[in-house]
Amino acid sequence: MFRIIKKEELTPLVYLMELKADRIASSAMPGQFLIVRPSENGERIPLTICDYNRGKGSVTIVTQIVGVSSDKICKLAVGDSFTDVVGPLGRPSAFVKLTDEEIKKLSYVFVAGGVGAAPVYPQAKYLHERGAKVDVILGARNKNLLVMEEEMKKVCDNLYICTDDGSKGEKGVVTVILERLLSGGKQYSMGVAIGPMIMMKFVTISAKKFRLPLTVSLNTQMVDGTGMCGACRVSVGGKTKFACVDGPEFNAYDVDFEEAMRRQTIYRPQELEADREAGLEFGVKK
Amino acid sequence: MSNKIPRVPVREQNPKIRITNFNEVSYGYSLYEAVLEASRCLNCKEPRCMKSCPVSIKIPAFINQVLQKNFTEAYKIISQDSLLPAVCGRVCPQEAQCEGSCILGTKGEPVAIGKLERFVADWSRENSVKFTSKATLNGIKVAVIGSGPSGLTCATDLAKIGYSVTIFESLHKAGGVLIYGIPEFRLPKQDVVEKELENVKSLGIKIETNVIVGRTVTIDELMSNEGFKAVFVGIGAGLPKFMGVPGENLNGVFSANEFLTRNNLMRAFDPDSDTPIYKGRHVCVVGGGNVAIDSARTALRLGSKVTIVYRRSEKELPARLEEVQHAKEEGIDFQFLSEPVQLLGNEQGWVNGVRCVQIKLGEPDESGRRSPVPVENSEFMIDTDAVIVALGTRTNSIVASTTPGLVTDSRGRIVVDENGATKRDGIFAGGDIVTGSATVILAMGEGRKAAKAIDNYLKNK
Ligand SMILES: Cc1cc2nc3c(=O)[nH]c(=O)nc-3n(C[C@H](O)[C@H](O)[C@H](O)COP(=O)(O)OP(=O)(O)OC[C@H]3O[C@@H](n4cnc5c(N)ncnc54)[C@H](O)[C@@H]3O)c2cc1C
Ligand SMILES: Cc1cc2nc3c(=O)[nH]c(=O)nc-3n(C[C@H](O)[C@H](O)[C@H](O)COP(=O)(O)OP(=O)(O)OC[C@H]3O[C@@H](n4cnc5c(N)ncnc54)[C@H](O)[C@@H]3O)c2cc1C
Ligand code: SF4
Ligand code: SF4
Ligand code: FES
Repeated sequence: MFRIIKKEELTPLVYLMELKADRIASSAMPGQFLIVRPSENGERIPLTICDYNRGKGSVTIVTQIVGVSSDKICKLAVGDSFTDVVGPLGRPSAFVKLTDEEIKKLSYVFVAGGVGAAPVYPQAKYLHERGAKVDVILGARNKNLLVMEEEMKKVCDNLYICTDDGSKGEKGVVTVILERLLSGGKQYSMGVAIGPMIMMKFVTISAKKFRLPLTVSLNTQMVDGTGMCGACRVSVGGKTKFACVDGPEFNAYDVDFEEAMRRQTIYRPQELEADREAGLEFGVKK
Repeated sequence: MSNKIPRVPVREQNPKIRITNFNEVSYGYSLYEAVLEASRCLNCKEPRCMKSCPVSIKIPAFINQVLQKNFTEAYKIISQDSLLPAVCGRVCPQEAQCEGSCILGTKGEPVAIGKLERFVADWSRENSVKFTSKATLNGIKVAVIGSGPSGLTCATDLAKIGYSVTIFESLHKAGGVLIYGIPEFRLPKQDVVEKELENVKSLGIKIETNVIVGRTVTIDELMSNEGFKAVFVGIGAGLPKFMGVPGENLNGVFSANEFLTRNNLMRAFDPDSDTPIYKGRHVCVVGGGNVAIDSARTALRLGSKVTIVYRRSEKELPARLEEVQHAKEEGIDFQFLSEPVQLLGNEQGWVNGVRCVQIKLGEPDESGRRSPVPVENSEFMIDTDAVIVALGTRTNSIVASTTPGLVTDSRGRIVVDENGATKRDGIFAGGDIVTGSATVILAMGEGRKAAKAIDNYLKNK
């Protein structure tokens, strides 16, 4: 079970894997995620279901190495198996309830930061296949973190690329492109931003200036993913929600990003210690 | 007279040493001690103890076999009524059940029924006593959702009659609260829980972990696509409750579920495990049940100083008596008649204090317990750098919300008739998802009752 049938190095820091998971493949929807355990002593790590193939009984994940567990995941090879994979978790994106007729009338702008491309891809694909207009802004700190450019091209009308250091695409951040598109007269019925918490916060500020309805997908800490532990709690519209069962997608304007960012740091000292023990070096601040 | 012998004390790890490890606190009786304790039982004609055991274990009969040193026979007698004696002997609230009614308890100390039950179960495991023979399979498939005590019992009873049973469990390990909730130092996982699970599997029961029914697959899909003729839902009541006071989302505030799951299921106490756990200097645990005491004693073992804040008095503590005694011996500080009204944090958003009010006990409420009333102008502060909220649990709606026609009550508990049948044909339920948070033994009893009903249902179909 959960055998890896395909592995691709997207960049030295980001890997794509297709794995066998029949039950998950048959019930997965865009917007949902799964939880893997790479090994017997491994952590439970949430990852977005980036693609699924019901016929083959497989799902695709894209993992960026940011610490010990993601490093373990990316070291697995074709033929290896994950100890555990469970899902699909979370609510599917709201648009899966719409009819194809309704979707045809929509135009979406997706803003993907780094490995946020992984969760954006199945959504863009789903909407594009059903005739919606789809633009995608793909940004990352540098080209080593910019992924899925080719795949994304196939599922959108316009693709805009930027990196903080200009090593690929335009030099700059995603909000610059988003604001340019919006002030240039582009009309979207909906925006979706997925990436680091800080990026989603700034995209929310930009979108607000143009009254663009915006959804974000929150990558909080998680343990079980089924509502059992509350590690994933976030304040949304002044109420406490569990990202794993009430989300991971929420109305961006209701999210308390400051709290969400703060809660991501609860285990920072231990994570850094674990990185050091494993000899992992990250040139960048986590 | 035999009841002149005082209750045989059980040997335990020294409190000073045990707070530095996760090994079991109680060593259990030796053979000699067990036989001596068994000699105290009066073998009553009308045993009051039995009436107070939720599954009516034939207590005097098994104790009599212990006295004769026929431990295999004793195990056989217990097994007629209980699937998990090694577990129940350790975690049943005996003082409120069997031992609470023992006739010897009226004047002196009751027979240590739990310790004897544990001895018999441990002895039988160590001596590989087994007599569950595999039944001939009748080819009828039954699905059991959840692998806690209710699901395991239901599955075992059905497999013994010949049904092909598959247990679906959402976590990566089977056992329910026995694995993720109750800590190692009360209930060893490798030696006790895993062994019980091996027995279950030896009956031919399949356990499929990593399947969240309602997400990975629905009950209707199991019944219509995979050929399951009946389903038992034993998914427990595993959702955390929070206090609803300001500051609960500060860093350093955890639900007991998160804290215990990280430690027990994910084994965060073990340096080889990748899962982190937060070790505060001074941890404040809110609540007074088994969950609170377990969290407190776990934090203590991880190196924290611990204060338990409970709104009623010591008398009302719902936790097992033995655990409260152990907690006190270990140096846990209890702040009774106190209730948090606010959690305070520092500039970085980390919790650094609990503002409490003092409580006085008023008139008994509908549960019969005296209701807590805040005392005016009685606020005080507890300095802390971690808070664990252990206020009991709620039900999870994933199964009910994805199974049309499965009726729940206002608190999300699945509604069943006296046999455990839900409003949906072929679907049965039991354990905490029906009763709300209860006990291991009650959940087991529920699983057993439903197994009988499922057998009847399938026979008459
Ligand atoms: C719904 C959801 C979908 C996600 N999808 C993807 C994806 O498609 N691809 C991808 O590369 N990453 C994804 N992530 C993030 C991924 O789970 C973390 O990068 C991973 O857990 C890091 O673990 P680590 O041990 O390698 O790093 P660590 O050194 O432990 O931590 C690095 C950072 O990752 C976060 N993190 C650590 N442990 C957890 C945990 N148990 N749960 C959540 N976050 C954690 C923390 O914010 C931490 O600061 C997703 C997270 C969520 C919640
Ligand atoms: C910390 C703690 C300490 C306790 N101490 C004691 C004690 O000392 N003595 C005592 O008698 N009782 C104690 N209890 C209570 C006792 O453990 C429970 O009453 C009992 O375990 C309930 O059994 P159950 O079978 O109903 O559910 P659980 O044991 O909760 O098992 C339910 C199982 O179902 C799984 N599940 C849930 N949803 C799904 C789904 N959708 N699909 C598949 N699987 C699912 C869960 O992961 C879990 O494994 C304690 C409880 C806790 C939390
Ligand atoms: S199962 Fe529990 S209540 Fe019954 S005899 Fe054993 S310890 Fe006592
Ligand atoms: S009530 Fe006490 S003395 Fe009587 S049979 Fe039960 S355990 Fe023995
Ligand atoms: S991850 Fe445990 S409740 Fe959401």
